[in-house]
Parts: sequence; C-alpha cells; structure tokens
Amino acid sequence: MSSSAREPSARQKWLAGTLVVLYALITLMPLLWIVATGFKTRSEAIAYPPRLLFSPSLEGYVNLFTTQTRATPQALERLGEPTTWYERIVRENRMVIAGPSRYGERFLNSVIIGFGSTFLCMVLGTATAYAFSRFRVPAKDDLLFFILSTRMMPPIAVAIPIFLMFRSLGLSDTHLGMILLYTAVNLSLSVWLLKGFIDEIPVEYEEAALIDGYTRFQAFYKVVLPQAATGIASTAIFCLIFAWNEYAFAVLLTSGTAQTAPPFIPTIIGTGGKDWPAIAAGATLFLLPVMVFTVLLRKHLLRGITFGAVRK
Amino acid sequence: MKVNPVDRAAQATPPALARQLRGLSDRALAWIFVGPTVFLLLAINIFPLLWTVWLSFTNYQVNRPNRAVTFVGLSNYQRILTDGDIWITMQATAHFLIWTLVLQVLIGFTLAYLINKKFRGNDLWTTVIVLPMMLSPAVVGNFWTFLYQPQIGLFNYVVGFFTGKDPASFSMIADVSLAPWAIVIVDTWMWTPFVMLICLAGLRSIPDSIYEAAECDRASKWRQFWTITIPMVAPFLMLAVLFRGIENFKMFDLVVQLTGGGPGSTTELTSINLKREAFEKWRTGYASAYAVILFVTVFGLASIYVKALNKVKAR
Repeated sequence: MSSSAREPSARQKWLAGTLVVLYALITLMPLLWIVATGFKTRSEAIAYPPRLLFSPSLEGYVNLFTTQTRATPQALERLGEPTTWYERIVRENRMVIAGPSRYGERFLNSVIIGFGSTFLCMVLGTATAYAFSRFRVPAKDDLLFFILSTRMMPPIAVAIPIFLMFRSLGLSDTHLGMILLYTAVNLSLSVWLLKGFIDEIPVEYEEAALIDGYTRFQAFYKVVLPQAATGIASTAIFCLIFAWNEYAFAVLLTSGTAQTAPPFIPTIIGTGGKDWPAIAAGATLFLLPVMVFTVLLRKHLLRGITFGAVRK
Repeated sequence: MKVNPVDRAAQATPPALARQLRGLSDRALAWIFVGPTVFLLLAINIFPLLWTVWLSFTNYQVNRPNRAVTFVGLSNYQRILTDGDIWITMQATAHFLIWTLVLQVLIGFTLAYLINKKFRGNDLWTTVIVLPMMLSPAVVGNFWTFLYQPQIGLFNYVVGFFTGKDPASFSMIADVSLAPWAIVIVDTWMWTPFVMLICLAGLRSIPDSIYEAAECDRASKWRQFWTITIPMVAPFLMLAVLFRGIENFKMFDLVVQLTGGGPGSTTELTSINLKREAFEKWRTGYASAYAVILFVTVFGLASIYVKALNKVKAR
C-alpha cells in the first residue's frame, strides 16, 4: 500500500499527460510557424486567413542569401533563360540576382564568436573552478560572490564604458572583442556550474595520482579533466547558447565586420515591405541548430539549468 | 611492457616546461588558474562599472569627445529622480515584471505538477516545452511581430477564431492598451519553462517517505498538497522568481524587437529607456547615473529577497 499510494492512478496520468501535451503543442505553434513561413512565397505568407497548407517554395531562402535588383521586361528578355533553379525563382518575381547577401557572413560571425568564446570560457572556467574546488584561495567566498554578482548587471549599464574601452583599444566591432566580452559574461555561471561538477569528483583520485609521481598540473590534466568531461560539455552548451543568442551587446558594439546574426536577422528587408519568408528562413537556419541540440542533449541540458539554479 | 604515464607525459612535455610545471607549488598553480579569470572579470565587468560610476558625476557626451569634461556632482542623479518620464518607465517595468512573474509561476508550477505525475513520454514533452527559452529572444521577438499583425497574423487569427472578434480590428503592438500585454504574453511563452524546470527539481526533491507518513496519519490529498508540497517547493519557487525577476528587470532584447518601447512609451522598460538616453540622445553622464541607479536597485532588491529566501529555507 505504502509504495502504490504515491504512484498516480492511470486516470490521473492520462489527464496530466493530455494537459501537458496540449500546452506543448500550443507553445510549439509559433516555432512551427517560423519554419512554415520560411517555405512560403511572400503573397502566401500574408494571405488571409493564415494558410496552414501551401505548396512549399524556396523563394524565402533564395531571397535570404541574395541581393536582387528589379529588371525591366526588356532587360529580362535580353538575359535569356535562367540557368539555375534559384535564378528561376528570382525571375518569377521579375528580379535579377545582384550578388550574395550578408547573411552568410553574419552566420559565420555567430559561429566564430560563439565557439571562440565558449572555448576560452571553458579553459578559464575549468581552471578557476578547479582552483576554487581544491586549493586554499585567499578570500574564496568573497571572490565567488564577486564572480556571481557580475551577472546582475544590465548589459546596457556597462555597454557605455565597454564601448569607450573597446574604442580606445581598437577592439570595437572585432571578433576578438566580442569573444572576450562573451567570455567574461559567461565566466560567472560557468565557474559556478563547473565547481559543482568538480566538487563531486573524489579527491582520492588525484591524491593517488600525486603519490604515483604526477605533478599537480598532470593530476588536473589527466585525472580530473576526463572525469569532469560531461560537466564541462554541458556547461559549454550553456555558454554556446548564450553567445549564440546574445543581442544587446551585439547590437550596440558591432555594426560591420563582427556583427552576429541576431541583430542582423530583424533588419532583413525585401523590396517593398518586410520580406517575412526571408526573415523566417534566416530565423529557421539560426534557431534550428539550438532546437536540435536541445532535443538531443536534453538529459544534460535540463539537469544543468536546474543544477545551476538550485546550487546558488 | 606498459609505459608509465608519467614518463610518457614527461617525454611529451618539453624539458623546460616540464621542470617549470613540476616546480610549481599548489599556491602558484592556484594563482595561475584563478588569475586570468579574475583579470578578465575585472577588465570587462568591474572596471566598466567603476567607469560608469565616474561618468555619472560628469557631463561627458560620447558624441562630443572634444568638449571639456566637467564634474557636475550629483546633478545627474537629481535630474533623474525628479524626471516624470522615469516614473512612466518604472510603471511600465512594474507592470511587465509583476504580470510575467505571476503568470510564469502559476503556469510553470502547474506544468511541473502535471509532469511530475510521470505519464509516459513526459521527458520528451518537457523538452518540447523548454524549446522557446533556448532560442534567441531578439530573433523570436522579431518574428512575434509577424504573429501579432492585424488580420494576417496567426495570433490575431486564433484570438478571432475563439472570441469571434475581427482579427483586423486590433493590433497587439500598436494599441496603447494592448502593447503592455503583448510583451507579457511573449515573455511568458518564452520563460515559463524555466520556472517549470526549477519547480520540477523542487517537486522531485521531496522524499516519498514524507507523503507516506502523511498517508499513515490519514491526511487528505488536499491537505498534503498545502502542508507538504507547497512548503517544500516554496524555496525553489522563490529562487525561480529571483532569477526571472532580475532577468526581466534588465529585459531588453525581446521587448526592443517586439515593440521598440512603443506605442509612445507604453512599453518602454528601463533598459530600453536607458539605451535611448545613452545611444540615441548620447547623454552619457545622465545615462551613466541612470545605470548606477538601476544597478543599485536590482542589487538592493535582490539582497533583500535573498535574505527572505534564506529565512524560508531555514524554516
């Protein structure tokens, strides 16, 4: 009786399941709509009533990756038949491709800055977390609190001096500047999370390694790091997602060379009105990796969110 | 014969470096491990903050670098605290903060409670629900303006479908009375999963034995819920509120893309207002004072809250 008393009845489970699935489907609607809009033509995207069923088109994706100019019928005549499938799509709207758009560059910037800052953050964060976990660091608690409190600052509040500082150091609108900035922002949470993971590794392993003649650094490198690998990986995913999604610093501190995708995607405009299929296509390509990551790595991710929160 | 890993490492490491590493005391290694992190945080977090404090006492303007910077004392602070527009911003922020927290706690806790019934496939559906909070707020916020379009927007269509209202008759982001709710809805959609996950961790931390003991004492389910579940989850819930509260007080990306602070200044939250002062009006000194006030407010409220939280935990 005692164990079965806590197990919900089949009817309760069914009811709970139905409600949760219903909520999940509603919450998924906007995301599905982004993906669907990316495969619509511009007229289909703004049709009333909103279309659930439509014949998919790659117009949005072609518009996303190209810049176009309008051509007169005579000029189109002179160009002759389109040679590629994407030219054919563009020609249907009486446009010609003028060149590639900047989306590819922006996406690449997001990749470089995201992975660069995550890597740097993991190197620094793991070392610091290890030191906090194993060594006697002077004023350890104060330092930890200081590291954590840096997260309470609104980004806009420190954006002004960072803007000035980067300008005088020649770091404004550079990849290096953004990598350093995101590393600093991510470090606080990383150190906290990683310290938790390293605390869980028994000290005896390292002591055994030290007795075997390893130096402290070797013990860290060869014993602790492999043990903490899962923890490091899930922390890295958090850092990557943060850097990938960050907008406030990106929009204030970058404009040309180092601009990432989040400030860029909303600025995509077509000729005559917003090109929603192109925006949706850009958003889909940008959001999809994160969605896939989340589903594939759900065990580690979900644990990480609550772990990080509950420890503090 | 097995090669000793230390020998292998020693062979692989250049002698000079190996000697250096071997010679390092724990103390030196601790400094090497902590130093760069502290340096980076000092350079990119603390130094700018101190600079902001200094700028807040001056009349400096970024777009006029050649003008002599004069020390103006507390006049920036005085101007902010007597400025009526700030209070409009604060009201908008309070509305946003209170409603997002209320809705996220209610929905988040309910979802966690339901998921904790452990129906089949609950972890997969949890992941689906979590998706919105993993995505870029700016990109998603921007797309929500499309969903909010009168007539053609999916949101308006669905609302029209269920209430019989004409989907072209209202605009969530252009109507003064609706815009504050438009941002509450999107933020709730995006961040309820966070509250849910923390509640779920709370629910799962309650040992079954407590319920079993209550069961033996013939406590009703209703009574168990109020005397066991709620008090045990309360610290987790308060933590979730703390995190969401801090995040939403700083809210920028989602709302700036959704409404840009408009219409008028109905959704001009503090961070958007601050951005306007600093990067559009270029009143650097004034904006810096504003930033300091915001930071002190967040820090102060958070410390009071953490004290309250510790009391609840200690109980």
